[in-house]
Amino acid sequence: MSARDPAGRPNVQHTPAHEATGPDTDTLLQTDRLRKDFGGFTATDCIDFSVDEGQLRCLIGPNGAGKSTLLKLVTGTYAPTSGHVYYDGIEITDLEPHERVRRGISMKFQVPSVYGDLTVRENARLPIQRFAGGDERRRRVDDALAAAGLAGYADVPASALSHGQQQQLEIGMAAALEPDLLLLDEPVAGLDVAERDAIAERVTRLNRERGIAFVVIEHDTDFVAEIADEVTVLHNGDVFREGPVDEIEADPAVQRIYLGGEE
Amino acid sequence: MATEAADGGGPGGGRGDATLARLRRRFEGPNTVGNSRSFWIGFAVAVLALVAYPLAVGSYQASRFSLFLVYAFLGLSLSVVWGYAGVLSFGQVVFFGVAGYTFGVVSVNFATPLGITAAFLLGIVGGALMAAVLGYFMFYGGVRDVYVTIITLVSTLVLHTFMAQTAGDEWTIGTAALGGFNGMPTIPTLAFGVGPVALTFDSVSFYYLVLALLVATYLGLRALVNSDYGRVMVAVREDEDRTRMFGYDVKRLKFTVFTVGGALAGLSGVLYASWGNYVSPQVFELAFASLPVIWVSVGGRKTLLGAVVATVGIEFFRNSLGGEWAFVAVGTLLLVFILGLPGGIVPWLHRTYLDLREESGAPDPADGADAPEVSES
Repeated sequence: MSARDPAGRPNVQHTPAHEATGPDTDTLLQTDRLRKDFGGFTATDCIDFSVDEGQLRCLIGPNGAGKSTLLKLVTGTYAPTSGHVYYDGIEITDLEPHERVRRGISMKFQVPSVYGDLTVRENARLPIQRFAGGDERRRRVDDALAAAGLAGYADVPASALSHGQQQQLEIGMAAALEPDLLLLDEPVAGLDVAERDAIAERVTRLNRERGIAFVVIEHDTDFVAEIADEVTVLHNGDVFREGPVDEIEADPAVQRIYLGGEE
Repeated sequence: MATEAADGGGPGGGRGDATLARLRRRFEGPNTVGNSRSFWIGFAVAVLALVAYPLAVGSYQASRFSLFLVYAFLGLSLSVVWGYAGVLSFGQVVFFGVAGYTFGVVSVNFATPLGITAAFLLGIVGGALMAAVLGYFMFYGGVRDVYVTIITLVSTLVLHTFMAQTAGDEWTIGTAALGGFNGMPTIPTLAFGVGPVALTFDSVSFYYLVLALLVATYLGLRALVNSDYGRVMVAVREDEDRTRMFGYDVKRLKFTVFTVGGALAGLSGVLYASWGNYVSPQVFELAFASLPVIWVSVGGRKTLLGAVVATVGIEFFRNSLGGEWAFVAVGTLLLVFILGLPGGIVPWLHRTYLDLREESGAPDPADGADAPEVSES
């Protein structure tokens, strides 16, 4: 068991990958010197990043810091140039994205992309139909819609939902897979305060009640402060700082990189 | 949804009605137009009209018309691959042609009913196999989007060049000469059976065979696209990466659908070769390769019905007009539709029909509350 800080949160340190596979750790996700080059541009440079079971970790950093790339390396959407990804103690670097999903990782992309022509219910059914049929499927779909606050919109085309409702639907669809790790790329971008609070509540509940670990990319500092156990700051493709929210917020170096200054 | 709620509703109405409703549900869903009783009545009327057609116009016209029905399988193959799974293939004629040539070579060598039956099946397998090989390298090699279109187009042109140079004696397989640019002119008429128990399909009987196969294929594909698998196909079309994030093996799905599309195009090719007793490298020409794309675009690529109606309609029109002008007219048609009605004619007609019915305030009770189509107005 890794050391814990006074608040009782797991104290995340840069655990080497070989230790991550050991039985005495609750590390869920671990990347080991993960690097991704696009042509001559290095998007992520030897990132060691880890998430514990049930942890809610926010990922912040200026545009181009490599946040989305890191998540896409974790899901397998991108293949890394070098480095390794471990999940639940097993190396998953060479697994196809759908195989990773079946092991318990799910992701909501930045741009909401519900299936607009399909009804809200048809959308919700898509992730669930893979593993549930008949009454079980119906029940799960109803549960997913109720949890997303969309029970009254079941037979409306998804394109008719507001932006905030679409985000809720997408998170609901990802959560319906019952993942152990859910990656969210800017879930509250472009939302108003009420919608943002609804998403914050949803994410927090999924984390507390179902024990889902989260990695959330977000620029909205209020949102991050509200939900995060821990924050990782990425800068120029590498981990710049890691720690509890208040520490990170107070760190002048973090403020400088956000304002575009040199550290 | 009312559809699902009705499942647990117990034996409410007559048993016949319940069976009919259950049967209908299999063929209905958001991925097809026509989920109402009036559609199925119209469908039955159209099929009956097609059954009666040879009686009205005689065997020559029926035989001519059966070619358009043969092409409908080719249109459907692209509708499934492109319209439903989002893979724009310019190479459906590759599978069409490979199947036609396979049928030709086998049936010329074994010109008995049994041999021709085997040739029929092998032709379809040949089309599917060709699609499987091409699809395997494309989809498992990570080829996506427009590159699939380019590769399939190039495959078409490569086959055209290759088949056009098969005039020499070295290109004789058994007793079947591939014939280079002139093609294979002595392919037997389609026959099914063994020895004396055999049916030969020419003119009117061929027409009825093709019609029966087309109705069965259309219904089969309707069931497919409205199944769980069909929903995943549509999800892949709409957003591949997202569908992966639900745990679906997108590569395998595209490979499978592409192979099924190859089999359908192959069925079309086999029927084509036996219809004209002929196949030539013309089937790999650019002009012919672009026809399926035109049919499916004009009819509405996201509807199976659109593919069938537009294929038969355009080919009837093109054949009646004849000559080079027909191609100019068809090309113009494509431009008009892409610019003015990108969704295609059948979805537009369907939407207009639903809007009109809504305005007149006469909902079709048989449509039920479960009709998932919601007018976009």
